[in-house]
Amino acid sequence: MSDPNDPMAEIRASFFIECEELLEAAQDGLQTMQDGAADDETINQVFRAVHSIKGGAGAFGLEELVSFAHQYETALDDVRSGKFTPNEDAMLLFLGCCDLLADLVDSARDGTDMDAARVESLLTQLRDVVGIEEEEEVSADEFEVTGISFDLDLPDLPDADAEPAPTPVYDILFAPNDDLYGLGNEPLFLIRALAALGELELQCDYSAIPDIEQFIPGTAYMSWSLTLETDAPEADIHEVFEFVDGLGKIEIREQGAPPSDPTETTEADEIAQNPNPPAEAELQAPASAGSDPAPDQTGTEPSSEEAVPPAQAALTKKPQKSNGDGGKGAPATVRVDLERIDRLVNLVGELVINQAMLSQSVTEADLPPNSAVAHGLEEFMQLTRDIQDSVMMIRAQPVKSLFQRMSRIIREASGAVGKTVRLRTEGEATEVDKTVIERLADPLTHMIRNAVDHGLESTDARVAAGKPPEGIVSLTAAHRSGRVVIEVSDDGGGINRPKVFDIAVSKGLIPADAQLTDSEIDNLLFLPGFSTATEVSNLSGRGVGMDVVRSAIQALGGRIVIQSEPGTGTTFSISLPLTLAVLDGMVVQVAGETLVVPLNAIIETLTLAAEDIRALGPETNVVQIRGQFVPLLDLGAELGFREPLESYVGGIVLLIAHENGDRAALVVDSIHDQRQVVIKGLQDSYGHVPGVAAATILGDGQIALILDPVDITAHASGRTNQAAPALSNAG
Amino acid sequence: MTEQPTQPDQSDRELLSFRVGEQEYSVDIMSVREIRGWSKATPLPRAPGYVRGVINLRGTVLPIIDLAGRLGLPKGEDSARDVIIVVCVSDQTVGLLVNAVSDILTLPLTEMQQPPEMAADDAQTFISALTIYENRMIRVLDLESVLPAKDGLAA
Repeated sequence: MSDPNDPMAEIRASFFIECEELLEAAQDGLQTMQDGAADDETINQVFRAVHSIKGGAGAFGLEELVSFAHQYETALDDVRSGKFTPNEDAMLLFLGCCDLLADLVDSARDGTDMDAARVESLLTQLRDVVGIEEEEEVSADEFEVTGISFDLDLPDLPDADAEPAPTPVYDILFAPNDDLYGLGNEPLFLIRALAALGELELQCDYSAIPDIEQFIPGTAYMSWSLTLETDAPEADIHEVFEFVDGLGKIEIREQGAPPSDPTETTEADEIAQNPNPPAEAELQAPASAGSDPAPDQTGTEPSSEEAVPPAQAALTKKPQKSNGDGGKGAPATVRVDLERIDRLVNLVGELVINQAMLSQSVTEADLPPNSAVAHGLEEFMQLTRDIQDSVMMIRAQPVKSLFQRMSRIIREASGAVGKTVRLRTEGEATEVDKTVIERLADPLTHMIRNAVDHGLESTDARVAAGKPPEGIVSLTAAHRSGRVVIEVSDDGGGINRPKVFDIAVSKGLIPADAQLTDSEIDNLLFLPGFSTATEVSNLSGRGVGMDVVRSAIQALGGRIVIQSEPGTGTTFSISLPLTLAVLDGMVVQVAGETLVVPLNAIIETLTLAAEDIRALGPETNVVQIRGQFVPLLDLGAELGFREPLESYVGGIVLLIAHENGDRAALVVDSIHDQRQVVIKGLQDSYGHVPGVAAATILGDGQIALILDPVDITAHASGRTNQAAPALSNAG
Repeated sequence: MTEQPTQPDQSDRELLSFRVGEQEYSVDIMSVREIRGWSKATPLPRAPGYVRGVINLRGTVLPIIDLAGRLGLPKGEDSARDVIIVVCVSDQTVGLLVNAVSDILTLPLTEMQQPPEMAADDAQTFISALTIYENRMIRVLDLESVLPAKDGLAA
């Protein structure tokens, strides 16, 4: 069974995807508990996630994973039942176990070996802290057969004969709902398992089965009343139903005992009366035939995947109870191959270009403005935009998974340098393009490590500075004016500017007599080869630091800015485009070339009057706009399309703003219109062009360049500020 | 050179020959993706002179290299009869701007000669082999060197 043949490989793959989600849920819950915001449901959620992983792993014979998950689960169960109340250390241990569980899942997926000593040491700690008894090793084989083969494995309860007391009789009502079947459970197995416990009588209520015309396959029409005479403790009966918990109405009552304990009854929101086993059995048969993995005992996947034809799209239905945030209903989700979405995104891109071409032809045809064609086109444009927004939303994902990974980095990093650090996150639900999230992981990891290693002071220094000993690294995400801003900040000592300056001088990055502002010194951190760590720690500081982070961010069309306050901390802000596919731009004409300027960079457009322009030195001009002097840049000259003009009076300028508040005025010849353009990368075919972010295709089929106004002004300042070329790179 | 008896495929080389200025060059036909007429390219700022810009090739951005400029040959007037040869070399697709496409030649490998060692000429470093066909000297371009690395192209 552990040998995955082809059909199994797919189920395995979906199990591992499932594991990722479950681990996320578990970590989420643990985090909530650590923050002290947990309720009863939180620990249940963690428990269920670990339990589901264990169950799934059992089905695949992943013994290492099963045995660890089992002990972890046992510890969690003690917390759940209130036998053990975790303190701060125990929470850290639980989180560490969760990390290990994630590693075990990874190693099971990749077929690599885990460090057994690490597993053992965590388990030992777990036993010590929680005080659970070391159990017999739980083998995966046992798990494979749970549910089906209690009748084979369970001992015949020999000690039951010792007591002559009357055997207790239990009345069990079992009314599964549709999800029970949807998740690949089979009542027959449950009933067999019950029969293995003792004398079982059962009564099937099939009165709800409709006529064949109305019969809906997959609907639970039947329920069972069972009478079980057994010496086994009531817990054993519950255990039989453990995997279908929440998937129907299950009432277990000892005869003569008071009416059922409300906690034992799981009220499903919809109780179907009469399932139909033959029909169900047939529905299940093709799904689990062939490789026949153990029936899904996990309560969640992977069987529902299995029931779907081997297309990538698999409907994921979560059981009502196991969803995360405090019992909100889990929305139904569809798992789709990323390639398909990318294809769709590309097609929508083509659609936008086609629409632009069409509207250009309509304009050229010189039709009356109220013609049906013009109206139709307008609606078409609206639709295109809606489609595009929806497609982009498919690619968008909350940054939560990324932030969760960072909380692990914090734990490991703080452990490595012996500081107590807490991660505070905000805006986890902020959605960003999937590619952006994936490509942010490395730079963010680096920045978080930096924050822990260099940003925060040692615990002693913190106490001495009158700060709480626990350092705080916060990670926030927010949408701000059409971009996503992610901030990594620490409440450490801030950037040690004299030290940074000295290092830059000693590394020959700047002349020793350079006069630099605070923000220029901060930006020295981004220079290649700069590293403030005097000793290379194993955490950060290999000399490939922030410059790599910055180029990774720039490759995503983003920018990174540092703010640092001595004594109170440092904040790195990353500003990223929402999507890598489409952008709202202003189409302008410069020196006969059509260019696109991203709309979000433009504050306003104006026509220059003679009194607005002031010369500053031989070649530089500034514009006076509402009392502020802004550098005037001739776009044509900056891009090398023409010589600078003699006079800019009457010229049209675009006022551009940087994230850091700096402004610049770009001279253009004319403004055409505002439109959405599809971003076509230049990097792949040509490489990076300074001042140009990307290219796009216009309605007439011509390529227009999309400018990066910030890059243009940065290069321009290099021309006017020859003294410090290194800084124009840094800024 | 006179006609040789037909050789097995492996020892033949199929070349697409074209005219750049007054000279005749060729590239391995397997690297040619398509041939298209001249269309106006969008210039790239701060690009080397031989990079004409980019054109739209069915939705992708295709950089255009002016082969005459790249080889250091005198640049003739642009004409509507200029042709873009779209070539693909080591995962990079670019268009080569040439004056005219002349022929498809099948030549035995044995007739390929190493170019003589003459360091002075710019164009020479881009030539991987020489051959004679119907009394014309055909220069076989080394596309790898004509297409610099992406970073170099951007520089």
